[in-house]
Amino acid sequence: MSESNPFVAAWLLIASGDPTLAGIVALSLRVTLSALAISLVIGLPCGAFLAMSRFPGRGLLVIGCNALMGLPPVVAGLAIYLLLSRSGPLGPLGLLFTPSAMVMAQTVLILPIVLSLSRQVVEDLWEEYEEQLRSLGCSGARAIPTLLWDGRFSLITAILAGFGRASAEVGAVLIVGGNIAGHTRTITTAIALETAKGELALALGLGIILLGLTLILNGGAYLMGQYARRSAGQPW
Amino acid sequence: MVRKVAAVSLFLAVVALGASAQAQSEAGPITVASTTSTEQSGLFGAILPRFRARTGIEVKVIAQGTGQALETGRRGDSDVVFVHDPASEERFVAEGFGVRRHEVMYNDFVLIGPKADPAGVRGMTDVAAALARIAARGARFASRGDESGTHKAELRLWQAAGVDVRQTGGAWYRETGSGMGPTLNVASAGDAYTLADRGTWLSFRNRGELEILLAGDRRLLNQYGVILVHPARHPHVRARQGQAFIDWLVSPEGQKAIADFRIGGEQLFFPNAKESAS
Amino acid sequence: MVSAAEGSSILPLTLRGVGYSVAGRVLLDAVDLEIGPEGRTLILGANGAGKSLLLRLCHGLLQPGAGSIRWSDGPTRAGDPRHAMVFQRPILLRRSARANILHALAMIGLPAAERRQRAEETLARFGLGALAERPARVLSGGEQQRLAMARAWSLKPQVLFLDEPTSALDPAGTRAVEEMIAAFAEGGTKIVMTTHDLAQARRLADEVVFLHQGRLAERTGAAEFFDMPASAPARSFLKGELPW
Repeated sequence: MSESNPFVAAWLLIASGDPTLAGIVALSLRVTLSALAISLVIGLPCGAFLAMSRFPGRGLLVIGCNALMGLPPVVAGLAIYLLLSRSGPLGPLGLLFTPSAMVMAQTVLILPIVLSLSRQVVEDLWEEYEEQLRSLGCSGARAIPTLLWDGRFSLITAILAGFGRASAEVGAVLIVGGNIAGHTRTITTAIALETAKGELALALGLGIILLGLTLILNGGAYLMGQYARRSAGQPW
Repeated sequence: MVRKVAAVSLFLAVVALGASAQAQSEAGPITVASTTSTEQSGLFGAILPRFRARTGIEVKVIAQGTGQALETGRRGDSDVVFVHDPASEERFVAEGFGVRRHEVMYNDFVLIGPKADPAGVRGMTDVAAALARIAARGARFASRGDESGTHKAELRLWQAAGVDVRQTGGAWYRETGSGMGPTLNVASAGDAYTLADRGTWLSFRNRGELEILLAGDRRLLNQYGVILVHPARHPHVRARQGQAFIDWLVSPEGQKAIADFRIGGEQLFFPNAKESAS
Repeated sequence: MVSAAEGSSILPLTLRGVGYSVAGRVLLDAVDLEIGPEGRTLILGANGAGKSLLLRLCHGLLQPGAGSIRWSDGPTRAGDPRHAMVFQRPILLRRSARANILHALAMIGLPAAERRQRAEETLARFGLGALAERPARVLSGGEQQRLAMARAWSLKPQVLFLDEPTSALDPAGTRAVEEMIAAFAEGGTKIVMTTHDLAQARRLADEVVFLHQGRLAERTGAAEFFDMPASAPARSFLKGELPW
């Protein structure tokens, strides 16, 4: 494809119904959504726990999580690479250059985001709710589901931020995935490849498709949030 | 409610992990660590379907620089390496990481530069002399700088030209630290000279003012070799399938597949396997 | 309906030498008090006398710095469903009115079917049925406090602590909450309440506990307290407030 207009290139790509493109998009979504799901399952309760508990070293932990939000993807990728390499501690699993490795790398990238943002949200809620919830016998671990549910509108932001970081990221998935055609090629690694081949319009076209997906997802989350907020009578 | 959401998320995560772990079973594909020149030129895209049709073996290609590809093999993260730096390949085998080096094919490096040719190397036949002139004029040169086969070939040529780029290299000599494509993008944007493999050059689309200024010097030969990672070193290596891939590459059928790969009617790689076994 | 009869009574509540201070400032000092099952107990005193603090200590939300607070069967703790508390500003969850009650019932471990039944019963009992689906946080101040009261009622506590429950409400809201307090009392729930509305105190009190500067100044029957308070601080408190 040597179309020089990226918008036309993007449109031609979509219109062609190219199964390769479909595969790349599907893999991107699968990897990113898996990483997001794992990060939520771990990050939300841990963030809530961190918000409600006071223990020595908590401050350091909070600072550490906040700092990890800025972890360079390449560093995360390299760490996972060394971990999963056949010569590394988890080598026998044979996970390097597979989508699972990419899920792990992206989880490392977005877990701190989910954790830090949910800690912030829950901390504010807990300050407001603490007396009432303790009065109702809803304290400690029992309060976590209550707080997460009541913070759901703010937590959507954390989820979208996590999704954004994972779906836009190329450094980590390139290292641990290897950008293998048909196996570990995502939209972002395909963009890197087409750029390297000098197919700049095609690369930008893929970028437009990625942006479109992100827009659709954000738009969906926004509308859902608006609807839920209205029906829950949320002022904010 | 939250518990339900958490349970569903966990389930999805497990399914995703499980599905990808499934691809790891014994009958699975082999992994070949190769170079950007072979992958980005489209060679693998053209020949791998033929290999698969013949043997049923699927090949996953990771495109890296030669240095990184050999490192991947050393760590046991690929079954086969397919690269182009004979000296490093010999060392790889001598150190016991590879079983044996097989020559497969060659193409050539070409000296690329802006049409305006500020150093005036067009028409020269001696690549070392041309590089010496570029250095003498202080014309911009973009180097891969990534320990790839192309980078190592380039450094050998500078040596032959009697130019020590580490010493004399100033603002005119720039290391991109990236693959061939990104380096060509840099050269294109900055009207710089660069050394490229012909395959990548032919498939490269963002040429701008760049064109081939010098080719054909014997020292520009770019030999590719393929090596099976040693199963004695890394027992998990899929030696049988990996060897089948190597055997096919050097077989008449594989050699013909390589010769048949063309871009715009131009042949990119020239098979020259020594053993025409099989 | 309310469960004072179910199980044995946790009353009396016994405070022995209870003290509480923050950063060296003594907020409550050496309070000895026994609160029995009879009648409605109102805790009065000027701002800063320690009324709200005393309620929180009794409910177990705070731990006393000195002394002990015990029910008939052991020390007090927050989360014991046999005593509930309603706060000055209702704290409601970001969900529907019904879901707020269901959540509280879930916390005391009621089976799901029973939860739904009791929530409907509660909403109907206090005329909140029409608000059941409404998000709790957009209800009016009066509605929110009635919902908070209803939530406490659904738990069927033996004792209900009320911390100035009507201070933010208009007269209609105040009347509604007072009617709900009467419903609790009829059901056998012991009421322990703070207020700075003396007219309300006269309407509701059976006995008065009067705090002055963190100390228990006097504890008297309501009629006696408002006619001839025993302590000097209570006399001046009533005098100062009476023009109102």
